[in-house]
Amino acid sequence: MKLTEIVGQLSLDLFTPISDPGAAVTGGYSGDLLSHVLSSALPGNLWITIQHHANVVAVAQVTGLSAVLIVDGKRPNDGVREQARSSGVTLLGSTESAFEVAGRVRELLAAQR
Amino acid sequence: MKYRIRAGDIEHGGSASAKIKSELTRVGIDEFTARRAGIVSFEAEMNLIVYSDSGGTLSVRVEPDAVVVEARDKGPGIEDIDLAMTPGYSTAPEWATDLGFGAGMGLANIKKNSDGFEIESRIGEGTTIRCRLDRRENPRIDHQGGS
Repeated sequence: MKLTEIVGQLSLDLFTPISDPGAAVTGGYSGDLLSHVLSSALPGNLWITIQHHANVVAVAQVTGLSAVLIVDGKRPNDGVREQARSSGVTLLGSTESAFEVAGRVRELLAAQR
Repeated sequence: MKYRIRAGDIEHGGSASAKIKSELTRVGIDEFTARRAGIVSFEAEMNLIVYSDSGGTLSVRVEPDAVVVEARDKGPGIEDIDLAMTPGYSTAPEWATDLGFGAGMGLANIKKNSDGFEIESRIGEGTTIRCRLDRRENPRIDHQGGS
C-alpha cells in the first residue's frame, strides 16, 4: 500500500513533505526504544512512536523506513523537521495513541492483502 | 571514512552513521550490507556519545569482500564485557533512556548484524570494537514482511 494512501485515509499530519510519493509501506513497527527499531523494523516499514527528536531521523535513514509516524500529538521542532526534509525522511503525525494508530494502519495493510 | 564522535553530543547522534550508509550505497555496496553497516555504526556511535569519557572515532573501510566498521574510545572501559553484551543490560543515564536509548541492546545489535565481531576493553584505557560485514545480498529482506 502506498504511503500517500495511508496518509489520506488516516488524515495524518505532514511534518515534512512525503519524500517519495510512490513509496510502498511494507509493514509497520511500533515502539519507542531505538535499538529495538534498529533490530526489528524492516526496510519500508512505517515506524509508529512518540519519539520526535533528531536521532529519530538517523534511525529512519539507516533502517530504510518508509516514514516515521509520531503519535499522541507530539510535534518535532523546526530543526528536526528540517533535518528530516533534507535527509529525505518523511515525518507524519497523529493526535491518537500508538495503540489506536497501529490498529488502524494494520487494518489498512491487511485489507490490501 | 573516519568520523570523530564527541561525548554527549546527542543532538548529532546518528548523523555519522546515516552518512556512512549513504556513502556506502553511493560507492556501490549492496543495500543489505550498507543497511547493516548503518545499524552497526549507529549503535557504536551512540555508545561513544552516551558512555565514553571523551568521545572517540568511528571508521569504516571497504574491502573487496567485506565492510569493516571500527569504533575506538579512550575510556572509561567496560568492566564486564559479557554482562555488557547481555541483551537488556544497560547502564544508561536517565536522560538517555528518556530519548529511547539505553535499551541494553546496543552491543547485541552490533554482534547480530556482523559476520565477525571483536571487542577489547581495558578499564582506564578504552574500548575498541571491530566488526566485519561480509558483502552479500540477503534473500530474507525482500520488502514483504511486517513486524
